[in-house]
Amino acid sequence: MTVVIDRATGKRRGERAPRPGRLQRMKHSYQRYWYAYAMIAPVVVVLGVLVLYPLARGIYLTFTDATSLNSARTIGVNHIDATYKFIGLDNYADILWGPTAYDRFWSHFIWTIVWTALCVLLHYVIGLGLALLLNQKLRGRTFYRLILVLPWAVPTFVTVFGWRFMLADGGIINSMLDAVHLRSPLWLEDTFWQRFAAIMVNTWCGVPFMMVSLLGGLQSIDGVLYEAAEMDGANAWQRFRHVTLPGLRSVSSTVVLLGVIWTFNQFAIIFLLFGDTAPDAQILVTWAYYLGFGQQPRDYAQSAAYGVLLLSILIVFTSVYRRWLARNEQQLAI
Amino acid sequence: MSTTTVTSPAPADRDPADTAPAGKGPRRGERSLAGSLTSHGILVVASLIALFPIAWLVYLSLGPDKDDYLHPGDILGKMTFDNYSFVLQHTPFFDWMWSTLLVSLGTTVIGVLVAATTGYAVSRMRFPGYKKFMWVLLVTQMFPVAVLMVPMYEILSELQLIDNYLGLILVYCSTAVPYCAWLLKGYFDTIPFEIDEAGRVDGLSPFGTFARLILPLAKPGLAVAAFYSFITAFGEVAFASTFMLSDTKYTFAVGLQSFVSEHDAQRNLMAATAVLVAIPVSAFFYLVQKNLVTGLTAGGTKG
Repeated sequence: MTVVIDRATGKRRGERAPRPGRLQRMKHSYQRYWYAYAMIAPVVVVLGVLVLYPLARGIYLTFTDATSLNSARTIGVNHIDATYKFIGLDNYADILWGPTAYDRFWSHFIWTIVWTALCVLLHYVIGLGLALLLNQKLRGRTFYRLILVLPWAVPTFVTVFGWRFMLADGGIINSMLDAVHLRSPLWLEDTFWQRFAAIMVNTWCGVPFMMVSLLGGLQSIDGVLYEAAEMDGANAWQRFRHVTLPGLRSVSSTVVLLGVIWTFNQFAIIFLLFGDTAPDAQILVTWAYYLGFGQQPRDYAQSAAYGVLLLSILIVFTSVYRRWLARNEQQLAI
Repeated sequence: MSTTTVTSPAPADRDPADTAPAGKGPRRGERSLAGSLTSHGILVVASLIALFPIAWLVYLSLGPDKDDYLHPGDILGKMTFDNYSFVLQHTPFFDWMWSTLLVSLGTTVIGVLVAATTGYAVSRMRFPGYKKFMWVLLVTQMFPVAVLMVPMYEILSELQLIDNYLGLILVYCSTAVPYCAWLLKGYFDTIPFEIDEAGRVDGLSPFGTFARLILPLAKPGLAVAAFYSFITAFGEVAFASTFMLSDTKYTFAVGLQSFVSEHDAQRNLMAATAVLVAIPVSAFFYLVQKNLVTGLTAGGTKG
């Protein structure tokens, strides 16, 4: 029989009152849902092999002192076995409060939080502003939209190089600043300006996604609501505040969560914009990559430990975010 | 919502002209000239900002010298397509293209095939463990490069899959599969439930319903999921830069970096390659973008 659920409540029909024994229940649920399990089996298998197994190994590595010098490797025809050993929680202790922990972890941590918050805020505000403008009856609306999604249409690794040429010493941006007699910063060398440039480029890349999603949200708001608000004498700001924003709430909560996750993990922009030249502008993800693959010897254990810390931060954030939404009677799109 | 075409006119903007009493300020949907000019002004500026870095790249790709980016005014007088012919004839451009297409298409096919039934199951059935499973799908979106890279590198080394296309495809599937399942769920949610019920009443099994009724209806959703997997694999930088060692196996994302080494920066060639890569991808993007209001934000109110 099929399982028809009432979509609004998620309750299944035919819930029986007394709960039978555990084994009974498993058997019953198996009989009843076997095809659902059969349908999700492929993804479960893929995730098990490609995500959970590597994750378990990665977590194990964080308890060792693995580097590229003591890991298993093959040089020519000689196979050298791994010699790294178990050192417990030392990696985590070292990262979080070892000597120079501030320079190695906390400074990047703070910068990562600032970067994520600023970028998502800019993405959302600019995206919403443009979506509101495009939602009017305006001549050439379609044309504007085609141009405005361009940063999303062109692959990031291409556009970042465009920005690099523009930001380079003697590139077009500094030439223009010189022309109007403003101080031209060393975009790709000075820490503050590196960070400024990174946020600028990421904002440029990320706005179209927000704009398109929010525009879809705006168009699904019933026009009758606006008319009713107008009847009641609401001015433009009140209409925006009490009709538009609540109507966008579900889309907003989802795109903001995605935006935070993506920005927090944004690798390509910072990596391609600076290469190895900007240790202070690296967010945690790119810094972990540098530890694991960008230096010699490669410090696998530390890099993996950074990865686990990053994932923990994200999971905690998402759980808190979902609770907060639930308290405000909001639902994510899941 | 994943199928809403954004170009469609805003819904139900009925003109209350014949009902509104006279003498009540400007009506909604009717703006003053100044307001309209302001809107256009802002949109023009935003469009220029969106366009400029890409236009600049195209412009620089026409300059024959690698230092032309420093004095762009000179390019006007000596525009040439030499960079393009050089890139196509004397660099591994076509090797990179082949690598990129192979890896991206491989990821797309596996991602969509594996994820399709799952998207349907989580859209239609509330089996025990459903919430946990959705949570797992969400968490796998969050895996930073840093978490899986080190162990993946180890595992692939043991399997002799470093510098191998299959290795890279497997790595990409770890992201593409949950992502596609998520997208497709959003799309299946927009297909009315009654269709399944009708199918079941006519005696189809759940699999039959899925294969015969829902899949044909879900073609646009499958296309969007495929496109997303393709683009994600196409533009991935971190794994591709680390796991591909021989320069004929580079994807475009890595090959492009190889023009700029510490000793020599062939920026003109880089710009030309960038343009050659960007044109087909962007064209493709515009073809499917009508359906690109992402399924991720679809049905945002559903629990």
